[in-house]
Amino acid sequence: MPGVEGFMYPNEVELQWSVLIVLYPFLTGLVAGAFILASLERVFQVQAVKPTYRLALLTALAFLLVAPLPLQLHLGHPERSYEMYLTPHRTSAMAMFGFVYLWYLMAVLLLEIWLDYRRDIVVLSQSTTGWKRLIYRVMTLGSSNIDEHALAIDERVGWLVTLIGIPSAFLLHGYVGFIFGSVKANPWWSSPLMPVVFIFSAMVSGIALVMLIYMLVTWSRKEAIDMHCVDTVASYLFYTFIIDFSLEMLDLIHRIYESDESFRSLDFMVHTKLYMSHIVVQIMLGTVAPILLLALTQVLKLSEMARKRIYVLAGCLTLIGIFAMRWNVVIGGQLFSKSFLGYTTYKMGLITREGLLVAIVLMVLPLVILWVLVKLLPPWPEKSSGSLPDAAPAH
Amino acid sequence: MNAFKDAGHLFRLAAVFVAGGMAFVGVRAFLVPKSFGQYGHYRGNAMAEIAARPVNFAGHQACEDCHADVLEKKKSGKHVHVNCEACHGPLAKHADDPGSIQPAKLDTAVLCVRCHEANIAKPKTFPQVVSADHSSGLPCDTCHQPHSPAITAEETTGGKK
Repeated sequence: MPGVEGFMYPNEVELQWSVLIVLYPFLTGLVAGAFILASLERVFQVQAVKPTYRLALLTALAFLLVAPLPLQLHLGHPERSYEMYLTPHRTSAMAMFGFVYLWYLMAVLLLEIWLDYRRDIVVLSQSTTGWKRLIYRVMTLGSSNIDEHALAIDERVGWLVTLIGIPSAFLLHGYVGFIFGSVKANPWWSSPLMPVVFIFSAMVSGIALVMLIYMLVTWSRKEAIDMHCVDTVASYLFYTFIIDFSLEMLDLIHRIYESDESFRSLDFMVHTKLYMSHIVVQIMLGTVAPILLLALTQVLKLSEMARKRIYVLAGCLTLIGIFAMRWNVVIGGQLFSKSFLGYTTYKMGLITREGLLVAIVLMVLPLVILWVLVKLLPPWPEKSSGSLPDAAPAH
Repeated sequence: MNAFKDAGHLFRLAAVFVAGGMAFVGVRAFLVPKSFGQYGHYRGNAMAEIAARPVNFAGHQACEDCHADVLEKKKSGKHVHVNCEACHGPLAKHADDPGSIQPAKLDTAVLCVRCHEANIAKPKTFPQVVSADHSSGLPCDTCHQPHSPAITAEETTGGKK
């Protein structure tokens, strides 16, 4: 049979989880990572990253709105795929999705954004006209009280929401890792380290994405990039990346030392079918290269332009590497037989329900949503946005 | 009292959440199928819908009723326990209307290697060949009769002694 080597059980020949299931952990990882970066400023008082705070929150929201779409497309029944939100259940990790998603969206992200932007929303509801005014007035919930006492309450409640949000962000992506890590029938996935690796890789990808978006948006607005901010974000990216890489290597060393009955088969797969995506793209290009680039900026005194270029390159490589990590987990886990005697091939469709074109659209869609959100809720100080005559950030 | 007034927007937000929660419960009651949870965490009616699907396989007995000659031939060979539809495919429609619906002619060069292509993972006692070396792409039924595949001495010598 074409694409099949050795012995595969009949139900293993065709992959059930496609590129869309690769996208799902990638997108939720970006959400969790972006939110954790935002929490640095709010909870841990890292003032240097303040310029990215609101942008990180909006980025998290834009990607969170798209994150479940790959799952719904994968389910294949548009007339009833929405039921995954309506019928969450505790008996299955996958059926928990509705609880985890709605908690994070409604109780954390929307609440924090609303509290942080409330002053701006009230001011905009008074200074704009037409349909924009209507939108802002709805968003005020009929309350235009923005005196200092009310804003102080917002600040305290917002801090509390962020505090709850940090474990929630860990839960959101730890949950995704748990889904894979708890599949005991699959030795490529079954590892208690999986949720932890997923959380740290999420932080890495989210920080890299917000750093890139901040640099791109600031550059496109023809404003000066706050290098102190970007240097600080990059240093967090570097340190988080080292922890992430260490955890992945720990997992690898553990597997090599343990050498259970699956090891020879998985080792063969990594050196053949997964060589390009795992060794070359994920480890060399997407992990070692950006860590070395970021290390350069930590040990050498480089010019501002050199640092910017390195950050952009390292950020892009990081995102490619984390995507490759998701790919290798999801696709790699389905390429070998449970008999450990055979391998199959993943053939991705181009213009199919779960093909490349849909995956590209789902990757671009969050950026379009982010653009709309940025237009609606400008994340930068009012003096340069020109849309908030009397407003200032609420904290 | 002032603190209560200054937190007024939060009470409005709480009211929105309560209203949203109630709307969710209402929408859920409307959208979730009525039979959901009848037997477990799935739609109960799905069982009846699946059971009502047409059956595609006729079953061994239906084949034997008409093809007694093939049954006799199979009895003497190693394929005696292989169901007809394992090779010929689902044929319920043919069993219902044998006159107008005929099974497709099988290409034994493709069909037989599904089971008999050599593979180290298969039990050593299972008959298997490297088809490219064994038959150079010739259909297997050039030499073997699929209903009783062992080649007899008579077939090997063309009936001469």
